[in-house]
Amino acid sequence: MEIILAISKIGIYAIFGITILGAIFAVTLRNIFHAALGLVLALLGVAAVYFSMEAEFLGAIQILLYVGGIMTLIIFVVMLTSRIGDRTVPTSNHQRYPALVGILFLIAFLIRLVRETPWQLKAELSTIDAITIGKEFMGAYVLPFEITSLVLVVALIGAIVIARSDLKK
Amino acid sequence: MEIVDQIFVIAKAGIVNWAEALFPDWTVVLISILIPIVAFTIFGPVTMMYLTWLERKLLGRIQNRYGPNRVGKFGLLQPIADGIKMFTKEDIVPEGADKIAHLLAPLLIVVPALLIFAVLPFGRNMIAIDLNIGLLFFLALSSTTTVFIFTAAWGSRNKFSLLGGMRSVAQMVSYEIPFVLSVVPVLLMVGSFSTVQIVEAQQNYHWFLFTPWGVVGFLIFFLCGVAEVNRTPFDLPEAESEIVAGFHTEYSGMKFALFYMAEFMNTFTISALVATVYLGGWQGPGFLPSWGWFLIKTYALIIVMMWFRGTFPRLRVDQLMGFAWKFLLPLSLLNIVIASLWYYLAAPMNYVLGTILLLMGIFLLYGINRPEIPKKRKYRYAYAD
Repeated sequence: MEIILAISKIGIYAIFGITILGAIFAVTLRNIFHAALGLVLALLGVAAVYFSMEAEFLGAIQILLYVGGIMTLIIFVVMLTSRIGDRTVPTSNHQRYPALVGILFLIAFLIRLVRETPWQLKAELSTIDAITIGKEFMGAYVLPFEITSLVLVVALIGAIVIARSDLKK
Repeated sequence: MEIVDQIFVIAKAGIVNWAEALFPDWTVVLISILIPIVAFTIFGPVTMMYLTWLERKLLGRIQNRYGPNRVGKFGLLQPIADGIKMFTKEDIVPEGADKIAHLLAPLLIVVPALLIFAVLPFGRNMIAIDLNIGLLFFLALSSTTTVFIFTAAWGSRNKFSLLGGMRSVAQMVSYEIPFVLSVVPVLLMVGSFSTVQIVEAQQNYHWFLFTPWGVVGFLIFFLCGVAEVNRTPFDLPEAESEIVAGFHTEYSGMKFALFYMAEFMNTFTISALVATVYLGGWQGPGFLPSWGWFLIKTYALIIVMMWFRGTFPRLRVDQLMGFAWKFLLPLSLLNIVIASLWYYLAAPMNYVLGTILLLMGIFLLYGINRPEIPKKRKYRYAYAD
């Protein structure tokens, strides 16, 4: 059984590696469409991490919303950018070094966060299923849930109004 | 009967037992994981091959022809001949194409199509993994297909491909919403995403099809499923009379075959899911094994899809979008409300009330959506009177 454990460990590290690789592709590739595909890889990798942690509901929602929904939108936006055919458009600008400083601060902060959080280690994974999440949304967190949906509806109507504006001439 | 019913389960247990006797522990775990994987990687493509044969035969009959009948008895070897042809064809990559995207798209599009097989309950105890989010897993994976179709369209650097890709994205994003909402009533009744539990909730012929919300939900789910796999009458992304072949214009040989494989495997899995969710899955009278009933229901739905292809003309883009946003979406929202009403009312009342409200909703939506046909004008010559 140790071998199975070892194999699954290798698998999990492979998923981590692929996720990071996808993220690196997303920020470094010069071809903007390939960068978008790298982002797809990173998002799928995160979903795979959720699946490996037995948080299947979260993983499925990650795929449904991020890969199925948001990535489709991003690719649509990529299509509408000009100079899409040029392969040498750099995706970075001259603020590289200030950004590096900011990222170093962020990494330091994250490391501190990870070290100071009192992690509760349990022998077995305990995950929250979809039914519990739904009941919490309709019970304890009903106000934020409703406000979020209201904001989304307003955004939707706003988008329709903006799209219609040139029709009234 | 019991043995025939469980024959695949027994076969798997037999292989695992045999492996236990011969190999160390850890290989047994691997083997029991690999058995369903191998079974599906064989079953999926073979199903696809014979679905092409079935489609050509049926379409031939609809058009008063015989269909393939030269290779083997009834043309049964035709798919294999096609496969050999596809493998030996030249693989053409256009000069200006984005090589990576052009290569990746057909390979990746098959992956979600194959993964979906894992959550299909083929029969009693016959499921690869009983995920507790089975139905959501299916919906999530089928939504990723859009990205890969778009990759193919963009990677080809061809205006027809790109037009087909954009049409496909617009169509699939629109139909995704009623597609997901149409299964919500079932989730309300069952209280679980698990496909096994959905089938078990429909025991003793209490199929969800036999309820007022079930009929409407079934029709919405099935129609959106047809739209999701881009089949006629929703095949605008590959409308050959307008945009050559849509997103797979620039593909030849096996890459083209992979798109076809994904499409036909999706046809199978969507029909199987519709049968599972609304038609009672593998349940049926005892004279056939459970997997027999499952396949019969699935193939009946597939044949209906092929019948659509032989009968209906293609929709126009505005009709397609209007149908999804103005008719299916409000109807599926109404259906959720009616399903919850049905759940809280007593037996005869809920059927009557549900049917009346749904019929009212359908007529109302039909009335609102009816296209304005201008009155026939009478032309008169100026010198007539």
